[in-house]
Amino acid sequence: MTAWVERLENPLSARLRDPATTGYAGVLLGVLAAFLAIPPIQSRTITWPIVVGIVGVAFGIWTVTRGRTRLGWGAVASAVIGIGLGILATHSGTSNLNAVFDAALIAQTFGFATPLVFGAIGGMFSERSGVVNIGLEGMMLMGAFWGVYGADKGGSWVVGILVGMAVGAAIALVYAFFAIHLRADQIVGGTAVNFLALGITGYFFFQLYHGNYIPSGVSQIPNVKIPGISGSHFLGPAIGDLNLMIWAGFALVVVSYLVVFKTPIGLRIRACGEHPRAADTVGINVYAVRYGCVVLSGILAALGGVYLSDGFGGGTFINNMTDGRGFIALAALIFGNWRPAGAFAAALLFGFSSAVALRLQVYSPSASTLFNVLPYVLTLIAVAGVIGRTVPPAADGRPYKKQ
Amino acid sequence: MSTIDPNSSAPESPEEAASSGTLIASIALKQRAGGIAVPAVTVVVAFLMGGLVVLATGHNPLLAYRDIFDGAGLNWIFHPTTNLVNTAAYNLSQTLLQTTTLILCGLAVAFAFRCGMFNIGGQGQYFVGLFVANWLGVDFAGLNPFLHVLLCIVAGTLAGALWAGIAGFLKATVGAHEVISTIMLNWIAIWVGSWLFGAGGPLQSSANKSLPVSNDIANSAKLPVIWGQQELQGLSIGIFVALAALVVFWVLLNRTTLGYEVRAVGFNPEAAAYGGINVKKNLIRAMAISGAFAGLAGTIDMTGYLYHYGQSDIPFSSVGFLGIAVALLGRNTAVGTGLGALLFGALLFGTTHGLTSNVIQPELAGNLTYIIQGLVVLFIGADVLILYVWNTRKKLRPRRARA
Repeated sequence: MTAWVERLENPLSARLRDPATTGYAGVLLGVLAAFLAIPPIQSRTITWPIVVGIVGVAFGIWTVTRGRTRLGWGAVASAVIGIGLGILATHSGTSNLNAVFDAALIAQTFGFATPLVFGAIGGMFSERSGVVNIGLEGMMLMGAFWGVYGADKGGSWVVGILVGMAVGAAIALVYAFFAIHLRADQIVGGTAVNFLALGITGYFFFQLYHGNYIPSGVSQIPNVKIPGISGSHFLGPAIGDLNLMIWAGFALVVVSYLVVFKTPIGLRIRACGEHPRAADTVGINVYAVRYGCVVLSGILAALGGVYLSDGFGGGTFINNMTDGRGFIALAALIFGNWRPAGAFAAALLFGFSSAVALRLQVYSPSASTLFNVLPYVLTLIAVAGVIGRTVPPAADGRPYKKQ
Repeated sequence: MSTIDPNSSAPESPEEAASSGTLIASIALKQRAGGIAVPAVTVVVAFLMGGLVVLATGHNPLLAYRDIFDGAGLNWIFHPTTNLVNTAAYNLSQTLLQTTTLILCGLAVAFAFRCGMFNIGGQGQYFVGLFVANWLGVDFAGLNPFLHVLLCIVAGTLAGALWAGIAGFLKATVGAHEVISTIMLNWIAIWVGSWLFGAGGPLQSSANKSLPVSNDIANSAKLPVIWGQQELQGLSIGIFVALAALVVFWVLLNRTTLGYEVRAVGFNPEAAAYGGINVKKNLIRAMAISGAFAGLAGTIDMTGYLYHYGQSDIPFSSVGFLGIAVALLGRNTAVGTGLGALLFGALLFGTTHGLTSNVIQPELAGNLTYIIQGLVVLFIGADVLILYVWNTRKKLRPRRARA
């Protein structure tokens, strides 16, 4: 309570002079500088991006002089990149710009981001309970194949989702048994899960479909048409016709935040991830919590996979369909500092970069390919501690032995 | 997820090592416990379980394994002089080509393990070495063959060392976990490769602009072939380079100050630091040497038999990840890595290109390799299983002595 009172009593000017405020404002101004030059605002002169960007730089430098060096330099970098992108955009043709930045970009960003959201939130549960999950990629891949298989043979996407969840839970249970009871090194175990999933899905895809594609007409996870919005000029293509799983992903972020940070169950999960011995001492069954969390992570990652094959992919499967998405989900988790909102923001950012990469082909296929490295480079920068430190749960990756 | 645990002391016994639960302790355990029994049992169990999958899907596992054995050319050993076995000889030469690569990729993982680090980025380091070798091999045509080959190999190896060195540097300076940074570096290498060989990329063929494939390296950059014909992917002298690397690995670790320091840091960084060893320097050094092995693998493949590389080859290469299974199976020793590489080299070729079978199709058998690989990694990472075998051996020994 006192903190709130103090904050309220502070005069507005003091809050504005807070280096954190100016720092984040600088970062936002950098984004705005680039945003001014692209549709729908689309300034065709370089004045506006430069003016806004310079204000951003000034904010950044002010922040640096006030002691928040890292945030300040982040703001300066953001502003400079914003100016650069703004100038680039004003020099490019209007038709190309419109092809890259339209309302459908938003829908596509959500589409690319949703498997990452499910994977990252799944990984968060596992790692918050103290079990590193490198096997997200494999669990997602299992969900992708068995989900679309279930939808095909069961005749309904609901069956597909259920089958995908069950298979994700099963492989996660195997991993959990090795990581928790057999105290296998978790990174080695997770790597094994990825190999196993690659082999199992590839083997059974060929065995069950005799080397053919999955027949067309598989029951797909439906889109949600929002009445009133779906006809709108901008909101319609943006959010009026999103897949059911995208909305489920949004809900998942909110629910998982509430569960992990606002409920006794969440407190137990975090206790097992920070100090399992202490958790054990107060009567929390560390093994049970960890088993539950790992299996949940498998279910969620598999759901991301089902969406990938039976929603986003349009009812198809190809070998190694996830193609590193499980690892980007892991990256989003780390980038988001093991928090639901952070992981969600990172997943959106990575999804956006994938969507933009796809659309940059109007400029150059070559540059479009290279753009895909962005999530990985950003994560590398994040773990290097350039933009704040990422702090994993203290006991993340340590097998626990009961005494 | 910290591998350097300030609270851990040197593990006294395997039991204690297992209970302290750090990666380093677990590696120390795997170094000592169980002898050759654990890898042997692991392989047998993995093959049995793989066989069950084959059986369950309606194929005869014994016949399937016999065909894979023949596909790998291992039947050549039983009749090396008959005329009928040209295919067997060819298959064996191909198996040895794969073995060459896997020895080097296995050493890359093993060397980092001995310093207490998990280099999961062998694939990226392999690619970086391969890209550099392709670039120099194409560009410096007309150079003296000996110099040209040497240039490719040295530059590619250094590139691999640098790529892994980034992860080592980040770990030593800001404590970024090497697993995360090497995974990110893998994907950066993969996308950079797609860009290099893709349409309009810098290394893409000048002869056919529409094909996302590189030019062939100049003849002067090709390694001499010792078994088979150069046009048919004969076995190059690269196999001797790999065997030499095994010796170098052993000498470096066991007979030099560098190796002593690396092992000391791997066993217990606190004690090593107390004894006057520069831990940070050794982390960077070990990671760079580890990457050098993987980079060397890439250059040997490029100059030995690939000669060119395409965008579509990139997702199908998994030798860097197979290196993890090879190193774990070989318990991070030189001899073990050599044997593990032969096993997986035989599986890799015997289940795919070498396989002519009416029992099991190469599409199935190729994925069977991933399943077996996953099972091997899963079992070998489980400390408790290893302890069980270790304890059984201890119980058996005195009984045998009495008898």
